[in-house]
Amino acid sequence: MDILSSLMGGFATALTPMNLLYALIGVILGTAVGVLPGIGPAMTVALLLPVTYVLEPTSAFIMFAGIYYGGMYGGSTTSILLNTPGESSSVVTAIEGNKMAKAGRAAQALATAAIGSFVAGTIGTTLLVVVTPIVVEFAVSLGSPSYFAIMMLALLAVTAVLGASRLRGFASLGLGLAIGLVGIDSVTGQRRLTFGQPLLADGLDIVVVAVAIFAVGEALWVAAHLRRTPLQIIPVGRPWMGKQDWKRSWKPWLRGTAFGFPFGALPAGGAEIPTFLSYVTEKRLSKHPEEFGKGAIEGVAGPEAANNAAAAGTLTPMLALGLPTNATAAVMLAAFTQFGIQPGPFLFANEGPLVWALIASLFIGNTLLLLVNLPLAPVWAKLLRLPRPYLYAGILFFATLGAYSVNLQAFDLMILLVLGGLGFLMRRYGLPVLPLILGLILGPRVEGQLRKTLQLSAGDVSGLWSEPIAVIVYVIIALILVWPLLAKVLRRVRPRTAAPAYAGAPAASDSVAARDSASARGTSTTAGGLSGAGTAADQEPPGTGSRHAADTTPANHGQEKS
Amino acid sequence: MTSLSSRLKGRSELGIAALLGAAGALVLIDAARLVTPYSQSDPVGPKTVPIIVGALLLVSAVLLAVNVLRGGHGEAEAGEDIDLNHPSDWKTVIPLAGAFIANILLIDWAGWVISGTVLFWGSVWALGSRHYVRDGLISLALSLLTFYGFYLGLGIGLPAGLLEGIL
Repeated sequence: MDILSSLMGGFATALTPMNLLYALIGVILGTAVGVLPGIGPAMTVALLLPVTYVLEPTSAFIMFAGIYYGGMYGGSTTSILLNTPGESSSVVTAIEGNKMAKAGRAAQALATAAIGSFVAGTIGTTLLVVVTPIVVEFAVSLGSPSYFAIMMLALLAVTAVLGASRLRGFASLGLGLAIGLVGIDSVTGQRRLTFGQPLLADGLDIVVVAVAIFAVGEALWVAAHLRRTPLQIIPVGRPWMGKQDWKRSWKPWLRGTAFGFPFGALPAGGAEIPTFLSYVTEKRLSKHPEEFGKGAIEGVAGPEAANNAAAAGTLTPMLALGLPTNATAAVMLAAFTQFGIQPGPFLFANEGPLVWALIASLFIGNTLLLLVNLPLAPVWAKLLRLPRPYLYAGILFFATLGAYSVNLQAFDLMILLVLGGLGFLMRRYGLPVLPLILGLILGPRVEGQLRKTLQLSAGDVSGLWSEPIAVIVYVIIALILVWPLLAKVLRRVRPRTAAPAYAGAPAASDSVAARDSASARGTSTTAGGLSGAGTAADQEPPGTGSRHAADTTPANHGQEKS
Repeated sequence: MTSLSSRLKGRSELGIAALLGAAGALVLIDAARLVTPYSQSDPVGPKTVPIIVGALLLVSAVLLAVNVLRGGHGEAEAGEDIDLNHPSDWKTVIPLAGAFIANILLIDWAGWVISGTVLFWGSVWALGSRHYVRDGLISLALSLLTFYGFYLGLGIGLPAGLLEGIL
């Protein structure tokens, strides 16, 4: 009952006209950046951070929530109408969604994606309301050793499980942690990596780093490989669904939600694995398996629901533990800190009204998205025709403006350019961006917990595993790290049966070929999809040369559009 | 010699390994410089984490170099507007970076309205638009709008520079 009254209080805050307006702005902005290539919700939230200082934190977070959910909606529109998804989580939607659109059923594909997202988002947010307080209750009993272990788990899991190459993930993590070190050490007051530069003493602003890696790096990278021939955009009217479509959609929506939420809530869940699992499941359960590959509505409904439920699930560790597992959540966590709010298990106790207003605004945002996006789909489709020079010049323009307005110093713009160059190189050489951002944002907090832990144990290293939860988490970390070796041994023992394992990898480096063969085979087991994410990690099979197949097949190599 | 050069050919990714190695060395050297007064309340000290991070970077540098020399390579990122079939187009990237640098040099002296106009106009030109006048008007309008929007709406005074007194 306590939860219910808190939630009602949250609704009361979120439903004031001003906050409703911010939710609407967030939803529209989120959809727009989700639709547009090159920019995504994480970057938008980062860019808006300096601007939102003048707002009440509650209003700012209501807007961020709208951007977060809106980005998911927008992403599906792009993948259905363009067949080149911007987010790795909408890769699967594009498989059937684009086929449907080509067959003249774009309206139905968009409708099942939008309504499915609404259903999954609403159920997912409800689960968030139910689950998060339980997690918090458990989390407040944890001490520093357990926290340190859980944070390490999040960092290592995101690095090792998502993305095509573990090695490159760890390289990216190292860079992020190193950037996070810059500045005055909070305990001893010593300057680290400042090279005598007073401007570096306060550390690099997260806004500047995030905007550099996401926006400037992306703009430079796209500029180097700008597609000169315009993309084929499938025209669309107002989305609607017939009776038959509803009948075929509602079960996939629910199953997709069931896949999405738990994966999102895990420290390294992400949305790729559940969307893929949902696709495979729908294909197996469908009464029209022959339609898969030609535009089956179940193949849009399920993954799209899984995607949105995962987005809701991701907020559970974010709000309950202060642990972000995707880029947007990471930037939102940074936003908490910038507003002087301490994220972690005491967030609910200390900032109850804000958190509940945020959660209530997720419900509201979801509804607004449905109301705004069903009639506006043709407008969003038009947005895709924005001439690219203006789009990318605009991204650079606003990136500069956002980074400059933090401290009003040209020095930050130099950092922006240097780190933008790093972002370019990372995209060129396949270093995933997410580990860098998480390392940057979580690194200082991990260090804090480490120092607190050893302070409690008076320098005794065994203090690190002095709590049972910490021990369990370390075992899980060990399993994640050893898994590729283990899988290799297993494959040697049973060479034939394990072979398809990496064919199902949602983010494997040869994902183009992999996904094709996986969807052709269709029966690639769910276990195959799961283990594939880990096993294919450093394999880099020889088939990677067939990269230009990306023209016809969606491939995003585990990079989340940010 | 020839075998070395043939092995190095097409292995520009080794540059990334070198970059990681340099970053790792930098972090370690910086950490070595820190003095750690023994303290009961902070047994970990400011050095430990930098040493771990530096080591992580060095190890990934070595492993990446080995991986690249054995024929591994990172997958370039794909996207809606990205066509990986043609090689990197430096004729676009360099002017684009030029517009960005021009903005950095101009912003404090000439002010945001001018430097922002240069930035947007230059970027649009670098990216291939040739509607000089239309682009100029759009650039100016964007810069003016953001200048006044930030000033009036957010209370953030972007530098007026040369146009001080006019704006």
